Amino acid sequence: MTTRIGATSRQISQQVAFGFLIAATAVVVIPVIIIIIQIVVTGAGAISWDFLSQAPSQAGKAGGILPAILGTFYLMLGTIIVALPVGVLAGVYLSEYAHDNWLTRTVNMAIVNLAGVPSIVYGLFGLGVFVLMFHLGMSLLSASLTLACQALAMTVTTSREAILAVPRGYREGSLAVGATRWQTIRHVVLPQAMPGIITGAVLAMSRAAGETAPILVVGAAFFLPALPGSPFDQFMALPYHLYTVAAHVPGMPRTTIWGVALVLLAVVLSFNVIATIIRLRSRKRRYST
Amino acid sequence: MSQWRRVHKADAVAVPAGGLARRWRLGERLVEGWIYLAGLLAIVVLLGIIILLIKEGLPIFLDTPPWEFFFGTKWYPVSEPPTFGIMPFFVATLWVTVVATAISVPVGVACAAYLSEVAPGSVRETVKPIIELLAGFPSVVMGFIGLMLLSPLVQSAFNLNTGLSGLTAGIMLAFMSLPIIISVSEDAMRAVPDEFRQASYALGATKWETIWHVCIPAALSGITAAVMLGVGRAIGETMTVLMVAGGALAVPVSPTEPMMPMTAAIASGIGNAVRGGLQYQALFAIGLILFVLTLFVNLVADRVLERQKRKFQR
Repeated sequence: MTTRIGATSRQISQQVAFGFLIAATAVVVIPVIIIIIQIVVTGAGAISWDFLSQAPSQAGKAGGILPAILGTFYLMLGTIIVALPVGVLAGVYLSEYAHDNWLTRTVNMAIVNLAGVPSIVYGLFGLGVFVLMFHLGMSLLSASLTLACQALAMTVTTSREAILAVPRGYREGSLAVGATRWQTIRHVVLPQAMPGIITGAVLAMSRAAGETAPILVVGAAFFLPALPGSPFDQFMALPYHLYTVAAHVPGMPRTTIWGVALVLLAVVLSFNVIATIIRLRSRKRRYST
Repeated sequence: MSQWRRVHKADAVAVPAGGLARRWRLGERLVEGWIYLAGLLAIVVLLGIIILLIKEGLPIFLDTPPWEFFFGTKWYPVSEPPTFGIMPFFVATLWVTVVATAISVPVGVACAAYLSEVAPGSVRETVKPIIELLAGFPSVVMGFIGLMLLSPLVQSAFNLNTGLSGLTAGIMLAFMSLPIIISVSEDAMRAVPDEFRQASYALGATKWETIWHVCIPAALSGITAAVMLGVGRAIGETMTVLMVAGGALAVPVSPTEPMMPMTAAIASGIGNAVRGGLQYQALFAIGLILFVLTLFVNLVADRVLERQKRKFQR
């Protein structure tokens, strides 16, 4: 008798506990959905062809956000042009060349720590090194290099993992027919690892598109009616634009602010979705042997 | 690590003698040189950050002794003479991190336990992408949401003069560190071998008792690492606290006051700081402190994670 009563009260406490777990999950999930709906619904009111294709006027209160959109695309491009090749080469080094010694452990530790450095510290680094020491000024180039340093940890890690996942037999087969080590990497290993590498690159671009603190330090401009003509020009960018119109411009029309947030979120999340699609597609056809 | 140990001697034999082959080898050596350089670049960047922060930041101690810098409560960079005490920023960072951790740890671990142990596959497949979506939100968007949606709620709920406070920032930070806490904790719980659960069921434990007394304790080091990573995130986050925490310069005695964490202090001050000036040096010194703090947190988290990984390997 007592055991049965005990069992039921234990059943009840299990129900209560599971209720708590579900509630915790709901507390995470529901606000995300609310935020997305709120941004899409309120921001959609601001979206028009003019908003996307014209330069701002009256300190962003009127006109469009084209320079900010383009600036963000240039930034993503500049970041990935630097961070991807270096990341892939470093990934090749760590997976194919490095022996298990103190140097390799130091490199891996450096990468783990680079991933955890606060973005504002990358901003200080970019300001000190690229803007001032290399005299690149407050430019698109300085900002791209800064964001590339920040993206490095991610491109190296994803490349390394993608290359390590290529089965050993592929390498041995290639070496057995007389290919050299580099030929094997170039023609056998890298093509197999490509989907993983690209996934990491796209995620790094998405991250770069949303980063605000570093470009705030390295010198994004708030209001520039002209588009940047060269890498040495100042630039506008979506996240910095959102920061200023939301926090610093009094009397900003609400729908415009939500519109900027919507465009930024759309750019960032669409790149996330692209990365997910590449990952899922490559998983399907991979190593069926 | 190296896949080549056993086989790489073979390729030296395989190359025939002759000019073409030798030129090939030269090109290869070149590429391999680049590969080594790229491999070392991570160390170069990390060392570069350390050297720069030390070089630009430490000279402030020639003007303001470390004691006054760390424990001074007044930050007046433009008054004459200027004073640089970072206590207000440090305490603000402490408050927002404490609030964020107090919310994100219980919620995150509970969510991870649900996803790993309880949720049916279909629920898991829907919830996980939503959490990944959250991880992809730029911090400036979270700051914007805090500004627009959360701060009015906090203001009316706690009857405050302003909704821009450490509490509001802490809640937003909790959200931003949830994805990493959930995913790392969930991985840790999934790594617990099934035999542990079956043994617990065989002793008559319910599913919940198994989660509480077996799965969570077995995954505890992974969960600890998750919490550390979440804390590191919260300490280093800039835009959200810059937009939402309120930006007041007094030492905050309660999380409901407006405040300015260290990251926000750098972001809002660096635009006005003259290169090499005292304020510039002081801000780099704050950056150095931030760097050391997050470095420590991440190193510990990495260690703990490594140990967790080895725990159930046979």
